[in-house]
Amino acid sequence: MIYEHSREGRRATAQAPLETTEATDIPAEMRRSTQPRLPQVSEMQAVRHFTRLSQKNFSIDTQFYPLGSCTMKYNPRACNTLASLPGLLSRHPLAPDTHSQGFMACLYELQEILQTVTGMYAVSLTPAAGAQGEFAGVAMIRAYHDAREDSARSEILVPDAAHGTNPASAVMCGYKAREIPTGADGDIDIEALKTALGPQTAGIMLTNPSTVGVFERRIKEIAELVHAAGGLLYYDGANLNAILGKVRPGDMGFDVIHMNLHKTFSTPHGGGGPGAGPVGVGKRLEPYLPVPMVDFDGSDYRWLTEEDRPDSIGRLSAFAGNAGVLIRAYIYARLLGREGMHRVSEFSTLNANYLLKRLMDAGFDAAYPERRASHEFILTLKKQAKELGVNTMDFAKRLLDYGVHAPTTYFPLLVSECLLVEPTETEAKEDLDNFVEIMRTIKQEAENQPETVKQAPHTMPVRRLDDVRAARELDLAWKGSE
Amino acid sequence: MLATIGVGHIDALFDEIPMALRCGELEAIPPGMPEMEVSRLMQARARIDGQPLCFIGAGAYDHHIPAAVWELTTRGEFYTAYTPYQAEASQGTLQLLYEYQSMMTALIGMDVSNASLYDGASALAEAVLMAVRGNRKSKSKRILLPRSLHPAYRRVVRTIVRNQRVELVEVGYDGNTGLIDREDLEKHGGEDFAALVIPQPNFFGVLEAVDGLTDWAHLHGMLAIAVVNPLAMAMLKPAGEWGEQGADICCGEGQPLGAPLASGGPYFGFLCSTGKLVRQMPGRIIGKTVDVDGKTGYALTLQAREQHIRRSKATSNICTNQGLMVTAATIHMTLMGAEGLQRVAAASHANTGKLTQALTALPGVEPVFEGAVFHERVLRLPIEANKALRALAAHNVLGGFDLSVDYPELGDALLVCATELRNEDDIENYRGKLERVIQSQVQTPCRLKPDW
Repeated sequence: MIYEHSREGRRATAQAPLETTEATDIPAEMRRSTQPRLPQVSEMQAVRHFTRLSQKNFSIDTQFYPLGSCTMKYNPRACNTLASLPGLLSRHPLAPDTHSQGFMACLYELQEILQTVTGMYAVSLTPAAGAQGEFAGVAMIRAYHDAREDSARSEILVPDAAHGTNPASAVMCGYKAREIPTGADGDIDIEALKTALGPQTAGIMLTNPSTVGVFERRIKEIAELVHAAGGLLYYDGANLNAILGKVRPGDMGFDVIHMNLHKTFSTPHGGGGPGAGPVGVGKRLEPYLPVPMVDFDGSDYRWLTEEDRPDSIGRLSAFAGNAGVLIRAYIYARLLGREGMHRVSEFSTLNANYLLKRLMDAGFDAAYPERRASHEFILTLKKQAKELGVNTMDFAKRLLDYGVHAPTTYFPLLVSECLLVEPTETEAKEDLDNFVEIMRTIKQEAENQPETVKQAPHTMPVRRLDDVRAARELDLAWKGSE
Repeated sequence: MLATIGVGHIDALFDEIPMALRCGELEAIPPGMPEMEVSRLMQARARIDGQPLCFIGAGAYDHHIPAAVWELTTRGEFYTAYTPYQAEASQGTLQLLYEYQSMMTALIGMDVSNASLYDGASALAEAVLMAVRGNRKSKSKRILLPRSLHPAYRRVVRTIVRNQRVELVEVGYDGNTGLIDREDLEKHGGEDFAALVIPQPNFFGVLEAVDGLTDWAHLHGMLAIAVVNPLAMAMLKPAGEWGEQGADICCGEGQPLGAPLASGGPYFGFLCSTGKLVRQMPGRIIGKTVDVDGKTGYALTLQAREQHIRRSKATSNICTNQGLMVTAATIHMTLMGAEGLQRVAAASHANTGKLTQALTALPGVEPVFEGAVFHERVLRLPIEANKALRALAAHNVLGGFDLSVDYPELGDALLVCATELRNEDDIENYRGKLERVIQSQVQTPCRLKPDW
C-alpha cells in the first residue's frame, strides 16, 4: 500500500511549482481547510512501488492470455510511440481546424478504412468503448423508428448467449430486452426467433461469429425475418477479428454495428480500458450517427457537429471520444494494410482450430465438436467436474500457476463448466503447443492429485480470495493504519 | 497446423460462411506499410498541426505531467493487461485501483469512488441516472441542470438519459456574477426533482456558492450532484463538505490528474458518492479482502450491480472503462501529493489572474463577471471574438474558447485559461498579439482606391 511509505512532509519536490501562492481573493469559506490525505513519498519510492505492483499482473507482454471474446493480441509498440508524438499529445481538443488538419486526416482515413472493412455506409468514431457503441447503435434504431412515428416497438431481441452489455444497452435506450434461445448446434433457434418477432420488435442484437465461437450460418435468413417484421439488425463487433477481410457485417444485412478497436485493431486493454467503439451504419441510419464526425471536401478537413447533422442522436463525450485510441488503431491499420487484414482472420482462425483439435486429441470436450471454430472455441469440463470434482474455475486457477492467463470462464452461461478460449493470430505454434501440454498436465493432476488443482493457485501473490467478505464487509478505501 | 486440423487449405476453415457473403480484395484500403514509413507519415501529420501556445481550457487543461507517470503507466504489465477478472493474476491493477479509490475519496471528501467511467460528461449522465434511482424521497425523473454548466456536458447528458424519459430542466445564470440564478432556482422549490447539479467551478470559471446550493437541494428533497475539477479540490472545499451534509454524488473530468490534452481523450470520468448510494453506483469497484490464508488481497466487488452479472437489470451498460488513465492518475497524485496539487492549482489561479490583468489593460477588453474564479475567466472583446481568435491562431496563439455560439447573450466573449505552464513571457506574447489584432480590426482599413 502506497500510504505505508508515506511520511509527513516528504515530497517528490521536483514535480510541482517551487513557490506556493495563497489564493487570497477566494473567500475563506470556499477554500479547503485541511489537505486531502494523499501519499507523501519521494519519486523513487513511487517508482519502485508502482513497478512492483505492475509485476503482480499478467499481461500480453508477459504471458499467453487466451481470454475468450477479449482478443488479447499483441499491441505493436509503434502504435504507442507514434500516437505519443508531441504534436499529437499537446493538441487541445478545441484547437481550431487550421491547427488540426494532420489529426483530422488520420481520423477521416480511419473512418474510411472501417467503413470499407465492415461494408457499412458511414462511420462515426466517437463512442468511447464497445458498450457506448452499443448504446449509440440502439439509440439510432430508436431514433429511426421514432422518426417514422413507429412508436409501438418496445423490444430488442438478444440471444441468451449474448454479452451482458447487449441487454443492458437495450434497457439504457428505454427498451425491454427479450432473450432468444440458442439451438443445440450453436446457431440461433430460428423457430423461437419467428415466434418472438412482431410489431413490438425494434431490432435484434447479434454477435457473428457468436459468443459460442461459431459462425451463424443462417444470418441472411435471420436478417430477412427481422427486416420483414420491421425491425433492424445490430451487429456486436466483439468478434470482428474472426472475419476481418473475409465477410462484412454490411453484406450480412446488418443495419448498424460497433467495432471494438481495443480488440480487432489492437489498441491496448490498459487493465480495463480505455477502448474505442466506433459505430457504422447502413444508409437509412446515417442521419442519426453520433457527433462529432470528420468531413473532407477534397482540400480541408472539418468537424461535423449538431449543426451539420440535426437528426444525430447527439454527443456521447465532451470532445471527440478516445482520440488517442483512435490514432493507435489508425496506425495499426496502416501497418497492416489490406493484406494484413485478411491475415488477421486467417491466422486467428487457424490458431483457434489448431488449438481446439489438439485439445480434443488430448481428451478435452468441445462444446460444439461438429462445428468449425471461428477465432475462438468453447471447451466444456462437465466430465471432469462430475467425475473428478475439479471444475472450470479450478482449471483456470491452476493455469495461472503454469504462467498462462485463464481463458474466459463460465461465459456464455448456456454451456456448463465452460472455458472460452481465444488464442489470437499473434501467438506462435510453439506457444499453442505449450498450452496444450499445460492443459494435459493439469488434467493428469486432476485425475491423480485433485487437491493440487482445487487449491490452486499456489504461486501467485495471493491465493483464492474471499469474495463474499469483500462484498459484505465493504472496504473500498484506505482508512489509515490501525 | 492445417494437417493437424485435417484440412488442405486455410480457406477451408471458413467453409461455414456462405460463399455468397464473402467479400473480395478490399481495394479501398491502402496496402500495408513498414514501421519507418508509417513513422514518417505520422511525424508529418503531427508537425503540420504545429504546437501553438494554448490559452484554451473549457474542460481540458494543459498541466505538467511528471515524467515518471507515463514511463510507469506504459509498462507492458499495466498497458497490456485487461480487466482484472482473474484476481490472483491481477493484484497489481487491483491494488492500484484500490489506491486510486482511496486517493479520490480523500480528494473529494466522500465515502466511495468507482474505478472510472469514460469521461467527465458521460460520468455526469451516469450520476444523473444514479440520482434518479437513488433518491428515495423523490418519485420524479426530473433533474435541475444549470446553464452555467459546460454546454457539451449538457448535450451529452441529454443524449444519454433521454431514452429513459429523464427530464432535464435548465436553470439560468445571473448576468452580473455568472452564478446559478437563485431567483430562477427558487421557482422550482415547490416541485419534485430527483437532483440539482452544482458545478464547481462552473463553465465560466466562477466559483458557485456551493454550501447554500447543496443545502437548498436537500431542503427540497433533492440530491446534490457536484461536478468538479479534481485539481480545484486540492484548493477548494471538497464536495463531501458542502453545506450541512455534503453533496451526495460527485463526478467530473479526471484529465487534469495526469492525462495529456491529446485531442480530447482518452481521459477518464470519476464518480464518488456517499456510502448510502454505493449499490446504485455504475462501473467497477474494488474491495479489499483476504485470501484463504488470511493474507490481504484485492478483488472486484459488488459485481451484482454490473452488466456481466445482472444483464438487463444492471446499474449501467458500462464494461470497458478507462483503467490505464486511472493508472496514470494514481501515479500522478502520488508524485504530486496534496502539497504539489495545491501548488499547481494555486499557480494556475495566479497565472489566470495575471493574464486577466494583462489583457484587460488593453482598450475595450473587460471581465464579464465579477467574483472569484478558479483558473478561467470570461473576457469581453471590443472586436468579433471569432475573428480575434482566427487572427491570433494565425500567429500561433490559441486565445481561448469562443462563447458566442453557446451564450450569444454575452456578446463577443472569450473564456481564457492560463495554467501553471504559461509563464510571464507567454502571457506577454498573448497580450502583444491581441493588442495588434485589436488595433488592426478597430482601425479603418486603408483604402487603395479613393471612392469617388
